[in-house]
Amino acid sequence: MPAPARSTTTSTVTPDNGPVAAVLSRRTYLSKRVRRETFIGWLFVLPALLMYAVFVLVPLLLSILYSFNRWNGVGPMTWVGLKNYLTVFEVPDLLGSIFNAFWLIVWFSFIPVGLGLVTASVINRVATGRFGEIARTVVFLPYIIALVAAGIIWGWLFSLSGLVNQILEAIGLGAITRAWLGDFDWALSAVGIIGIWVLLGFCTVLMSTAISKVDPALYESARIDGSNWFAEFVSITVPLLKQEIGVCLTVTVIFALATFDIVYVSTAGGPGNATSVPGLQIYILAFTQRNIGVASALAVMLMILVVVIIIPIQRLNKETEQ
Amino acid sequence: MKIGRGELIAGRALLVALMAFTILPFISIFMTALHPSGTVPSGLEWPAHPQWGNFVEAFKMANMTTLVVSSVRIVLFVVPVALVISTMAGFAIGLLRIPGAAVLLFLFVFGLTIPFSGIIIPIYFLERVVGIYNTPLAIPLPLIALYMPFAVFWMRAHFVNMPSEMSEAARVDGATTWDLFWRIHVPLARAPIASLGILMSVWTWNQFLLALVLVEDPSQRTMAGALGAFQGHYATDIPLLCAGTILILLPTLVIFVLFQRQIIAALLQGAVKG
Repeated sequence: MPAPARSTTTSTVTPDNGPVAAVLSRRTYLSKRVRRETFIGWLFVLPALLMYAVFVLVPLLLSILYSFNRWNGVGPMTWVGLKNYLTVFEVPDLLGSIFNAFWLIVWFSFIPVGLGLVTASVINRVATGRFGEIARTVVFLPYIIALVAAGIIWGWLFSLSGLVNQILEAIGLGAITRAWLGDFDWALSAVGIIGIWVLLGFCTVLMSTAISKVDPALYESARIDGSNWFAEFVSITVPLLKQEIGVCLTVTVIFALATFDIVYVSTAGGPGNATSVPGLQIYILAFTQRNIGVASALAVMLMILVVVIIIPIQRLNKETEQ
Repeated sequence: MKIGRGELIAGRALLVALMAFTILPFISIFMTALHPSGTVPSGLEWPAHPQWGNFVEAFKMANMTTLVVSSVRIVLFVVPVALVISTMAGFAIGLLRIPGAAVLLFLFVFGLTIPFSGIIIPIYFLERVVGIYNTPLAIPLPLIALYMPFAVFWMRAHFVNMPSEMSEAARVDGATTWDLFWRIHVPLARAPIASLGILMSVWTWNQFLLALVLVEDPSQRTMAGALGAFQGHYATDIPLLCAGTILILLPTLVIFVLFQRQIIAALLQGAVKG
C-alpha cells in the first residue's frame, strides 16, 4: 500500500517527451505543486495525529518513564532502574494477576472463537433462513451493552439465590450450589463465563459473515458427496476461515488481557486475589495505593505482553494469506 | 442438499440453547427488577405484585436526569469531533496517499493493541497538569484520542478503495483539496461515517475506566461510569440495582436493534481488515 503515492507523481512527469527546458520547468512546477499538496495532506492528518500523540503516544512514553521511578504521584520521582519490574515478579499478587489474565484468554478467546466457529457453521447448515438471522442477532446482544452492566447482571446470577444456583437445583445438582464469584476455586472461571457471554456473539457473527463469503459450490459438492457436519467443518470451514479465526483471536486476546470493567464490578478482584487482573491491579496500585512506579511497570508489562502474544497470531495470518 | 433429520434437530437445539444462555440473564434481571425493593428474590420468579415503580425509583436514586444530560453531552462532543478528524486523516492517508502514509497508518494501527489501562495513569497526571482533570473535558479529550486508531483505520479502509478517476476529474476542474474532501468524498463516505458514529456513540456511553478515574462526581460521568457508582451504593438492594441496570442498558439495546446492520458491518469490517 505505500508505493502508489510516489508512482503517480513520477508517471505524470516521465511521459513528457518535450524539450529539456520544458521538462525541467514542468518538473519544478510539479514538484512545487506536489510539495504543496503534501503539505495540505499533512494538515488533514494533523488534528487526529495531534490528539493521538498527546493523549496516547505521550502517555505511552510517560508510562515507561514512570515505570523506572519510585513516585507517589505528588513528591519528586526517584530513579530506581528495573526495581519496579522485579517487584512485579516478586509480589505473588501482581504476578498472579498476569497468570489470571492468561487463564482468562482460554475463556474470553479460545472458547468464544471455537464455539463461535461451530455455531456459525451450524447456522450455515441447518438455519440458513430467518431462524439463523434471529439466532445471530440474539447472541450478539451482550456485546453491545456496557461491560459494567454485564458484570452487575452476572454478579446477581452467580449469587447464592441467583439463577445459576436455581437451575442447578432444578436439575438435581443442589449439592454444588455456592456463591460462585466468592469461591476461591471457581470465581475466576465464573468471570470467564461472563466473558463467553459477552464475546460469543461477536465471534459467531464474524465467522458467519466469513462463511457466507465462501463459494457455496464448495459446500454443495461436499453435501452431494454426503459429507456430514464434522467433515465439512474440518475440511472446508476451518481451513478457509483461517484469516478470520486469526482476527477473532487477536481481538478477543486483547480483550482478555485488557479486562477491567467486568472484574471491577463483579468481584473487585476477590475473593483474596483469585480474580485479580493486571488492569485492576494497575488501578488499585496507582489510584488507591499511590504506588505509581510499580503500577506503571505492570502497565508496561501488560502492553508488551499484548504485542508479544499478538505478533505470532498475525504472522500466522500473513502466512495463510500467501 | 442432504442434511439428516437428526442433525437438523441437534443443530437447532444447539442454537436454541445458546440463545437461552444469552437471553436468560436479561430475563432474570428484568423479573428481579419487578420485586419489592430491598427483598432478595430467586433468579427467575415472576413477582406476585410487579413493582413497576422500581424503575421510577431507580431513575430518581441514580439521578438519572443529570446523568443522561452529562452522558449525552459527552457523546455529542466526542463523536462529531472524532468523526471529523478521523475522516480527514483517513482521507489523507487512504486517498491522497501523502508521503509517509504507510508510517502514519502503522502508527495508528499500533494503537489498536494498547489497552486503556496501560496508559490511564499518565493520562490522569497529564490532565492534572493541564488542568482539565474533573472538568467537562476530562473524559472527551482522551476518549477522542483513544478512538483514533480504530477510526482512522476504518475511514482509511473506505478511502483507499475509492477509484482515483473521480478525484482526478475534479482536479482537472480546478477543485482544491478541501473541495475534493468536503464536496465529493465526504458525501460519498456517508455510510461508513454513520456506522463509525453509531459505534463510537455506544462505546462512549459504555466507557467505564476513563469515567471512573478522570471524573470524581458520578453524575458528571458516562452512563457506565455512573452505573459503577450506583452499584457501590445499592449493591444490597438487588431489585433496585437490576432496575437501574436495565435503565442504563436499554438505550444501547434500542440503538442496536435500530442500527443493527451498520453496527455489525462496522465492527466486522474494522476487525477483518485489522
